[in-house]
Amino acid sequence: MIEAQPAGEGALMLELQDNAAAVRVARRLVAECPDLQDVVPGHCTVLATWAGGSPPGRLLDVAEAALRDGAPAVPGTTHVMPVRYDGPDLHEVAELTALSPEEVVARHLQSEYVAGFLGFAPGFAYLLGGDERLHVARRTEPRVRVPAGTVALGGVYSGVYPRESPGGWRLIGHTEIALFDAMRDPPALLAAGDRVRFVPA
Amino acid sequence: MSEIEVLAAGPLTTVQDRGRPGWAHIGVPPSGAVDPPAYERGNRLVGNEPGAAALEATMVGPRLRFRAPALVALTGAVSRGPFEVGAGEALDVGHCRDGVRVYVSVRGGIDVEPVLGSRSTDLMSALGPPPLKDGGLLSIGPEPSNEPQAEEQPPRPPEEPVLRALPGPRDDWFEPKALEALVGPWQVGLNSNRIGVRLEGPKLERARHDELLSEGLVTGALQVPPSGQPILLLNDHPTTGGYPVVAVVHTDDLPLAGQLRPGQRLRFAVK
Repeated sequence: MIEAQPAGEGALMLELQDNAAAVRVARRLVAECPDLQDVVPGHCTVLATWAGGSPPGRLLDVAEAALRDGAPAVPGTTHVMPVRYDGPDLHEVAELTALSPEEVVARHLQSEYVAGFLGFAPGFAYLLGGDERLHVARRTEPRVRVPAGTVALGGVYSGVYPRESPGGWRLIGHTEIALFDAMRDPPALLAAGDRVRFVPA
Repeated sequence: MSEIEVLAAGPLTTVQDRGRPGWAHIGVPPSGAVDPPAYERGNRLVGNEPGAAALEATMVGPRLRFRAPALVALTGAVSRGPFEVGAGEALDVGHCRDGVRVYVSVRGGIDVEPVLGSRSTDLMSALGPPPLKDGGLLSIGPEPSNEPQAEEQPPRPPEEPVLRALPGPRDDWFEPKALEALVGPWQVGLNSNRIGVRLEGPKLERARHDELLSEGLVTGALQVPPSGQPILLLNDHPTTGGYPVVAVVHTDDLPLAGQLRPGQRLRFAVK
């Protein structure tokens, strides 16, 4: 049984065991419950919303079937992102992790990441699967301005800022790839469940 | 195509329609008019198609000069019209009275390029047109086929509104006393905007102190940062967040939330 909490009259928060389950359930809900308005994966949750009235009756059945099937989730697209590791916090991350800057870069390049969920800004994906040695706390004072394309570390996540915005993560590099373009279809480069590999630019 | 000159934009005037529901999974906030009944009523009064874009002004409305005759209605925190504005005439929308947001609906609608299906300004994500600027120009869309509809004025909002709130999804992260305290009264903080209404009052104490993994957020969520002072999320809210949501305000009461003045008092009826 999937546990579900109300999020107001028009939404349910489904609790899943991990991100892979959340992505799998979210995809199935999008495919099979067209009445839903938004299906928003979180780290270990799926928020399902509907407009007016009552929830689609099949919502929980569909979510549970997605878990029961055990079939591997539809494999996401793999994106290769060239990165120049010239971020202002690279040396600080090296100090925090007791690694050399070169080792930080090598470890960041080594992992294959999964876009766990999106949020914070249009097109911003929380990338999971990074080297545990590179899990660093966010800055206590967020920066007012982080340039678009900045590659950063925050807690268990890696991420790439889609546009210039404030930000509290540690900045280690940048990419020229556009993560979000409202005029493009789809507008966000990354979808939850997609894979990302970073390569040296 | 007719145009409107912005003589004075006011402190914050944006273009709004029904927003961008359905894009939350890629981090795009719902946006759209924060007082939907007032916005929809404005469109009916001038005979627009539902969903036509209007101006949403905050605290003080704009001063506008119309280059051609136009049919205009003011709804929300100011109720007036529909009325005709002649070619070359200026309209001073004036100060908000019954709330903080007034909608300026013009027959034909405000014509800007839609982004992801909406003409709304999203202040959080910088999607849609930027807020109005003094000296700017706005285009009016083509004449609609609908007739303007006469309607009675809606009742004025109560001075101390009571908003219905349903506990969850993270009410179990709080002390039972916090749910009692949630009833209020609360006072609206100065720092409130289209992203959220900041509430000042009793500190909502947490029972769990670990960090919540980021999860989806809905409009109306009462998100509680470490200060214990909740933020009532409005339409430009981020789509995910890591602060627990103690309760969610009923959709039908959100228009009242969108009209709360800094310093105003409110309560919650917690189910």
